Amino acid sequence: MAGPKYPGFDTLALHAGQSPDPATGSRAVPIYQTTSYVFRDTEHAASLFNMERAGHVYSRISNPTVAVLEERVAALEGGVGAIATASGQAALHLALATLMGAGDHVVASGSLYGGSHNLLGYTLKRFGIDTTFVSPREPENFKRAIKGNTRLLFGETLGNPGLDVLDIPAVAAIAHEAKLPLLVDATFTTPYLMNHFGLGADLLYHSATKFLGGHGVAIGGVLVDSGRFDWEASGRFATLTAPYEGFHGMDFEEESGTRAFLLRARREGLRDFGACMAPMTAFQILQGIETLHVRMPRHIENTRAVVDFLSGNAMVEKVIYPELASHPDHDLCRRLLPKGAGAVFSFELKGGRPAGRRFIESLRVFSHLANVGDAKSLVIHPASTTHYRMSDADLAKSGITAGTVRLSIGLEASADLIEDLERSLKAAARP
Amino acid sequence: MDMVVGRRKAFAYTAAHALDARKPTVVFLHGAGLEHSSFALQSRYFGYHGRNVLALDLPGHGRSEGPPIPTIAAMADWVFGILDAQGIARASLVGHSMGALIALEAANRRPERIERIACVGIAYPMKVSDAFLEAARKNEQTAFDMETIWGHAAQVPLGGNPNPGMWMYGDTLARLARLAPGVLYNDLKACNDYSCDFAGVNCPVLLVLGKRDVMTPPRAAAFLAERLTGVRTELLELSGHSLMAEAPDATLEALARFLPEPPM
Repeated sequence: MAGPKYPGFDTLALHAGQSPDPATGSRAVPIYQTTSYVFRDTEHAASLFNMERAGHVYSRISNPTVAVLEERVAALEGGVGAIATASGQAALHLALATLMGAGDHVVASGSLYGGSHNLLGYTLKRFGIDTTFVSPREPENFKRAIKGNTRLLFGETLGNPGLDVLDIPAVAAIAHEAKLPLLVDATFTTPYLMNHFGLGADLLYHSATKFLGGHGVAIGGVLVDSGRFDWEASGRFATLTAPYEGFHGMDFEEESGTRAFLLRARREGLRDFGACMAPMTAFQILQGIETLHVRMPRHIENTRAVVDFLSGNAMVEKVIYPELASHPDHDLCRRLLPKGAGAVFSFELKGGRPAGRRFIESLRVFSHLANVGDAKSLVIHPASTTHYRMSDADLAKSGITAGTVRLSIGLEASADLIEDLERSLKAAARP
Repeated sequence: MDMVVGRRKAFAYTAAHALDARKPTVVFLHGAGLEHSSFALQSRYFGYHGRNVLALDLPGHGRSEGPPIPTIAAMADWVFGILDAQGIARASLVGHSMGALIALEAANRRPERIERIACVGIAYPMKVSDAFLEAARKNEQTAFDMETIWGHAAQVPLGGNPNPGMWMYGDTLARLARLAPGVLYNDLKACNDYSCDFAGVNCPVLLVLGKRDVMTPPRAAAFLAERLTGVRTELLELSGHSLMAEAPDATLEALARFLPEPPM
């Protein structure tokens, strides 16, 4: 007998988290542009504050528009719930601050977005949280770096800058053997390309600024919990399993089981750090999510066309994309990312920094800026912009060269993108 | 609160309050494959409103050691073991689904010890389809999918959760994923096999039913409404089988109207 069916991904992307507004019948998600919510009476107020009833009190903690986004992303990822934050960086910070404090330790992939590397490698160190960075290409590196005070393993599903594919099943097995959770930055893969929790991750976050929003109009993040990690059995997470004076002695795991992490993150993290998402931002990101399943195949199709073009161009030294047989994670990519390896990749241009500058300045369709995951195609040449103070030797330590160019492929006609690249590569070749 | 019953560790959530002999006691009994936090909001409310609360994890569920108990009658005996361990002579019981059958059985077996019972999402008989039982026996994902999808109203995956930011399906699936193999089957079989004439039940009974419940539809509680005396029924609009999550306020208010008032 066939079992009952879940709604499909495409349906969830359009509907999850929202019924037509009971007050007005509005089909679109209403923007609840309010800071606070009127209590029915004092007893109702007290029971909301004491978490005896579900509901909204103040929009830093929760907001009806933001809650639709949270529930929708949780549904797409198959999690118990989610918390939307002011940015992807805020989501990472919220995860870390919920799980650990001074004296604790993280094992992180060394292939990280620069902002994440800064937070872990420099800023959190000042607050007593240390990180060991390891090459993600060999999962055993994570195991070797685990210490008695380790609280988390962390990596990007597609790591910066070499698009290292994180072997989530292998790293998750190492984490779980050590009774630790695995957090992944799923920004580049989105729930459309990868089933992160199904592969073994326990927690994930997105910079929703990128493909989820998809149109480069709003900064935001979303932190999602699978609800599968047993904090009590681990015995390493006092923030979730010991009474918390800051919330009247609440033991979050005892109180809410599968929801313990998100409960503490919301009731402490949003309350005290305050990096919440604005309702207008949630609305804008929701508009993007409603077409995620339509946009992502086109992102992939255009990326493949561009990768194919660049791979055969004389000005291009190397294209770094996991779908290519030349990429060291090619086999892993085929196993974990059957729908595609994302729409952000890099290539190495011949001719060093001067050629890179000429190339960038000749582009007309690609936009030269510091972002990825937009409907419009984007480009950046790190050696002449974000990394321009660094020597070639220092660039190499970051995994890039003077000729590295990063592209984020959008939804334009692929022929126009290729024409733009071809003309600019010719310009780059002229001394 | 951890305690030992039948030489095994048992857990009861007490809403961070010590038991007080002057207060009425309310025991919460979860459904098949679930644990005490399925009553998180409601049990916390009563714990902070003048009642002793014992939201139990049945053996093999949540924080209580296994193995699971194979029959509803034996589960009711285990509940009396909890009351004995805590020196509680009389209590009201609030049960959800399988927990509601345990409440009925307890009231039937030891009526002198039961003040009132509230049955949330109940059917009698609580027959489970062969396909569901077989999938649970084999510990197949299909069984978890059936529990999840049939355990909520049809609009739940596309509608808004009253608990901000949470995804009800994901929560149920995560709870089931934490179960030891065989526990869901144990519970479903216990429900399926249970029968009783309810001749001993003489306390007030509240039935809280979801109009959109496909697992225990309201019509399947008709026998109880006719058979028992002192029955009150509250029918909740829009809710499916997971009433405490789908309609938390309405469920709480129905319980608050029914359960004994705290001492002044």
